[in-house]
Amino acid sequence: MNADRLEIVTLQGVARRFGAVRALDGVDLSVLRGQCLGLVGHNGAGKSTLMNVLAGTLNADRGVLRIGDAEVQGFSAAVAKANGIRCVFQELSLCPNLTVAENTRIFHAALSGRGWRGRAKALIRAKLDEIFPGHGIDPGDMVGDLSIGKRQIVEIACAFTQTETPLRLVILDEPTSSLDAVTSKQLLEFVRKEVDGGLACILISHVLGEVLDYADEIVVMKDGLIVAQDDAATFTRARLVEAMGNVAKAADKDVEARRVIRGNAPVVVQANAGAALTAHQGEIVGLAGLAGHGQTKLLLDIFEATGSKRLATRVEGPVAFVAGDRQTDGVFHRWSISANVGVRSLRRMVRRGVIDPVAEAVMGDEWQRKINIKTPDMGSNILSLSGGNQQKALFARALASDAQIILMDDPMRGVDFGTKLEVYEIIRQEAARGRTFLWYSTETEELHNCDHIYVFRDGAIVADMSNAELTEEKILSHSFQETA
Amino acid sequence: MWRQVTSPRVLRAILPAASFVILLAAIFYVQPRAMSYFGMNLMLQYTVPIALATIAQMFIITVNDLDLSIGAFVGLTACIGATLLADSPLLGVLALLACVGAYAALGALIYWRNLPSIVVTLGMSFVWLGGAVLILPTPGGTAPGWVKAIMGLKTPVVPFPIIATLVIGISVHLVLMRSSYGTVLRGVGGNPRAVKRAGWSLLKAKMVMYAAAGFFGVLSGLSLIGLTSAADAHIADRYTLYAIAGVILGGGEFVGGRVSPIGAIIGALTLALTGSFLTFLRISPDWQIGAQGGILILVLALRALIKRQEG
Repeated sequence: MNADRLEIVTLQGVARRFGAVRALDGVDLSVLRGQCLGLVGHNGAGKSTLMNVLAGTLNADRGVLRIGDAEVQGFSAAVAKANGIRCVFQELSLCPNLTVAENTRIFHAALSGRGWRGRAKALIRAKLDEIFPGHGIDPGDMVGDLSIGKRQIVEIACAFTQTETPLRLVILDEPTSSLDAVTSKQLLEFVRKEVDGGLACILISHVLGEVLDYADEIVVMKDGLIVAQDDAATFTRARLVEAMGNVAKAADKDVEARRVIRGNAPVVVQANAGAALTAHQGEIVGLAGLAGHGQTKLLLDIFEATGSKRLATRVEGPVAFVAGDRQTDGVFHRWSISANVGVRSLRRMVRRGVIDPVAEAVMGDEWQRKINIKTPDMGSNILSLSGGNQQKALFARALASDAQIILMDDPMRGVDFGTKLEVYEIIRQEAARGRTFLWYSTETEELHNCDHIYVFRDGAIVADMSNAELTEEKILSHSFQETA
Repeated sequence: MWRQVTSPRVLRAILPAASFVILLAAIFYVQPRAMSYFGMNLMLQYTVPIALATIAQMFIITVNDLDLSIGAFVGLTACIGATLLADSPLLGVLALLACVGAYAALGALIYWRNLPSIVVTLGMSFVWLGGAVLILPTPGGTAPGWVKAIMGLKTPVVPFPIIATLVIGISVHLVLMRSSYGTVLRGVGGNPRAVKRAGWSLLKAKMVMYAAAGFFGVLSGLSLIGLTSAADAHIADRYTLYAIAGVILGGGEFVGGRVSPIGAIIGALTLALTGSFLTFLRISPDWQIGAQGGILILVLALRALIKRQEG
């Protein structure tokens, strides 16, 4: 069109895999001068990966990246920076042991030589005052002493400071997640002003109102692809939720017909997170909502409350925990598969004060048959298994134990579809035998396996529904805040 | 005002200096004759090499690593100083430069292969020790005259060790805490990913810090033979732990890039003084190490208390 509508960055067919997971599956996108692009999508839709590719901190497996008209080879954080592309990451990237001004210095290679300290202070103070009047932060404050919200303010202000290279594109990933309503508004108004002045901005947010109100164009991502892209004015909240969700779904009649447990069976878990959560014996309880909104914390609270007489959380019966982050919380890397399965049941396998290797092997083989762990030898190292089979071994650990209540922390992350179906079946069988499951899942399809579902937002339960009432739209609309 | 003084942050900053002053006061109380130019000089002369080794350790701790070889390394440089440097200065200088280069290479290796520094430096400590034994199989050698001259300097009014440690502390403070690149180096300890994202080379930062540690290790070895005038491969074995203890006593932390050069110097001084203090108390040398450990635990416990208040 004209010089004002120049593309700053263009992506063509960009794809990126992590192991078996396709985080980005061929994305075409261009960001124009003077445009605020809203980017929304459910967890794992590929938003953060896309952003990391744009910021140069991740390399694409294939696809083309253009800056202006020139195709760029070997794109990196330094190249992005030299072209005026900045990024405010979701997890904070400030050094807590340095002051606000010193962190500004890390950001700008040009702040050196005599008097750099004074210049850094002036630079960051001016930007803070401009974006967040009344912020109450001194450039000499140690970042580690600031609250999370103030750190986010510093990080955002830092991203908007300029020294030698002019600012062309700022990517904001969930910038308002730790800001209060007032500072969120200050930031969004500032972004709007800068965009009208010619800056380009990508705004990623789970608060749909922010995106609808402040973006010019909205891009919806799902499963590593762009599924909708249009002028912001043409979107409504309902249309966004619909575009993000999975419209087609198979209703599992089995599950619904099977059980009317609520109210009949005894209560085995009682906890509180904003609202009460109860689980009855033999029930599969789903914990839904966006990742990191308090579900894991509640599971851990329940785990810790086991056996103690704390008033807030009541747990009747032994508990086992199935970790979702296998590598850090789940498997013992140097142990065999059998040892990994048996570790929760050691007390039963002790003969004369030592672990009986025969009993351990017997238990391993039994569970290999029961849940079909694909390996020629249960005595080989756990890491010889594929991710899905490692997860099965972790299920076997919980199911082989005496636990009556099983807590699952999004255990199906990165597990292939076939294995998932097998595990769902096992869970249903075990529930029919009277075991209780508390299942945190970020995948809405999985929640159809649950009898009762609690939706979490900002660390609290905001809604609960029975299996019959469950729809993806409902979960999504409870997960996303109405407005900023 | 009083609230400000008793805030945890201020208390924490004061603690190293306060423990030093209390210890000094205790020494003067037990042995008033130590309160003289000669007494101070005698009591503090060995703090110079310990302070230098502590600064070397502090550079490594700044980037979240730990050096278990600094004592052996100081021993090696002392042996080189008492033999090669004295006999053929050019060769000696080259050998010492090679030592600094080896430290930088270690930093590169640790970063490049993502190795645990504790394992690498523990292994290297035997290499340094072996090298020192090869160069000087039996205790001996002679320190070069100029080294002895510097260490034997008689400064007016204030004893030399005090001036020397002050100069070391302030100059390192200026470079690491005040300069712009020093800020980046400390940032590497605080949040390496952020520093990398901002476009800095972590490899370079690690190499610079290890090279700086090697350089101060060399200075420590030379200052040590300047006092003893002869060397021995095992002359500085205890320095590894002294150096770590000095950094921590001075308010530094093992991870997170929170260090303080001035604090580290004060920590080294405190450690050196506990030795004298225990001697003045007529505690037998057999018990001294244990008693030193006791003082260390006391100070660290105080710090933990303050920290709990902070959290």
